[in-house]
Amino acid sequence: MNNELAIGRFLLSELKPKGKILTPFNVITFPIMILGLALIAIRFYKGIGSVTNLSQEIPWGLWIGFDVVTGVAFAGGAYVITFMVYILNMKKYHSIVRVTVLNGFLAYVFYAGALLLDLGRPWNVINPIIGNSFGFNSVLFLVAWHFLLYMIAQLIEFSPAIAEWLGARRIRKILSGMTLAAVIFGITLSTLHQSGLGALYLMAKDKIHPLWYSQFIPVMFLVSSIFAGLSMVIFEGSISHRVFFSKISEKNHLAQRGILLGLSKICAGTMFAYFFLQLLVFLHGKHWALLNTPMGYWYLLEMVGFVLVPMFLFYRSYRRGQIGMIRVAAILTMLGVILNRLNVTVIGFRWDMAVRYVPSWMEVVVTLTVLFAEIWIFRWVINRMPVLSDPPAWATDQK
Amino acid sequence: MGIDRRGFLKVLCATGATLAIGRDAKAATKSTNDVEFRGVLYDATRCKGCRGCEYDCAEANGLPEPPPAREITGLRKTDETRNTVVNEYSTSKGTVFLKTQCMHCNEPACAAACLTRAMHKTRMGPVTWDGDKCMGCRYCMVSCPFDIPKFEYHSANPKIHKCTMCYERLKTGEIPACVYNCPNEALQYGTRRELLSEARKRISEKPDLYVDHIYGEHEAGGTGWLYLSPVPFNELGLSTTLQKDSYPSLTKGFLYSVPSVFVLVPALLLGIQQATKSNPSNAEKEDE
Repeated sequence: MNNELAIGRFLLSELKPKGKILTPFNVITFPIMILGLALIAIRFYKGIGSVTNLSQEIPWGLWIGFDVVTGVAFAGGAYVITFMVYILNMKKYHSIVRVTVLNGFLAYVFYAGALLLDLGRPWNVINPIIGNSFGFNSVLFLVAWHFLLYMIAQLIEFSPAIAEWLGARRIRKILSGMTLAAVIFGITLSTLHQSGLGALYLMAKDKIHPLWYSQFIPVMFLVSSIFAGLSMVIFEGSISHRVFFSKISEKNHLAQRGILLGLSKICAGTMFAYFFLQLLVFLHGKHWALLNTPMGYWYLLEMVGFVLVPMFLFYRSYRRGQIGMIRVAAILTMLGVILNRLNVTVIGFRWDMAVRYVPSWMEVVVTLTVLFAEIWIFRWVINRMPVLSDPPAWATDQK
Repeated sequence: MGIDRRGFLKVLCATGATLAIGRDAKAATKSTNDVEFRGVLYDATRCKGCRGCEYDCAEANGLPEPPPAREITGLRKTDETRNTVVNEYSTSKGTVFLKTQCMHCNEPACAAACLTRAMHKTRMGPVTWDGDKCMGCRYCMVSCPFDIPKFEYHSANPKIHKCTMCYERLKTGEIPACVYNCPNEALQYGTRRELLSEARKRISEKPDLYVDHIYGEHEAGGTGWLYLSPVPFNELGLSTTLQKDSYPSLTKGFLYSVPSVFVLVPALLLGIQQATKSNPSNAEKEDE
């Protein structure tokens, strides 16, 4: 009884904010989130059209194209890093597993949440889950199930950190025993739904600009999720190492350099493979004439400026050991992935229409709200659980 | 490496399962082709553009009354207030009218897209929508090559609107409201097979009147609504670049790969994990 009271008091105390409240980040994000919540209320009260610029011809906009499709690509780091650490046994990257999995998990929770905002009849969202009516031949059915299962797998992968935070020793032992199974399951799910997000657009054959449409969209989405995810890991790691400096042990601070160099090499390699695939698809599609059009220049900008250039930067900074340039390359890569996903889902979608879709400011605010809410929760967890910091001594002994 | 045999067995199972599933799916497609879907033949040479079908459709489906002719400017599309529209086109052979509504594809992209089976190809042929199942994701709208499903963007309880070929009327033995009321016999209801032979008959009897093409015979894998026209169909705003295969066939390859990935990838991952487990050099391998 006493024990439970103690846990209750512990949880209550953990709910309170730690650290300064009036930081610039809080001051900027808090009003935006309040505004975003108000807009979400309007959206549920008056319909999706009251806050978005979506139309009958363009039914999916920023909320799907950016929040879900791009967000999930950036969350790909979790399956790549768990693959490297638990499957390839590359111990060097062990110190970044937890933060990457946490990032991935929160990304899925919030982006799946963003999906709910975009559903016209969200109360029916359980239909494909409870077996009320299974649309087996729908790619979206596959993606929806994978989101759900992958969130569970990631929660299991992360759960030892929660157990350590709560001091639950026996539970931690059970949970960490499930890690490998969760990782294998999670990677399998990831390969399918990262590509599945691309496969969603296969039936929109006549609506997507031919430079971005091919039957290989699923493969492209899968391969690019590898370097999208790793660039996010580099980017997030660089910020976390400053913001949460005191949380990270001396040893892990020193290891960061080696990790960044290793990730840089992997990014350069996968980006080369990706570029080569894109080149093959382009040559196979025989779209030479389209290159000399505005959309063609846009395509070249994406392929050269945001694939070839960061690929080269990754490679060069890896050879020369320039950490700063790796960060630049990661940011360029992330911009490139955003550009690519938006080109398929928004910019190249119905590129030939007289009235183009441009997201309303309200769609942007809601997107920012989702993003900031995720960062707030991320920070809350980092400040409490052993994610960046080392696990308690008893947990290390348990292995 | 004891894993090899297990891995091999898994590969065997996976291959077997994939083959079995692949065959099943093929068989299923074939059986849907055997069903006699009902459809409607629209003859643009007979349509006088009276737009009576718009009024009949609105009445049969409880939709607002269409606007009078004098208020109409330019080309209109179907939307959440109307399931069909008749547009006027200036063509190489003068004014020609074209009625637009859901094409009721043999293998509809919208139904394949729907993860709750709210969009559904009935055995009779009409493609219908079920509000109790739909979650409003609008993937049907993204997928439909004819841009037919329409969404109520300004409602807290939005519905998807599209022509249902008056499925409720068909079930009671009646014919679609627009067909029933058309004064010029521009519309004819029947099984798809009957309609195709009727269309061919009209073309061969009056080859000068029609272009030698039945729109919907092969477009998007075949549609329930079929069109005859005196002018090439692109002059009537119909897309002539649609593929001849059904749109769901575009995602089949991906979906068929799912079971094999589910069996092969875990086996492979476990194999690699076992192989790299006791490799002490791994820890420093990446440092160069």
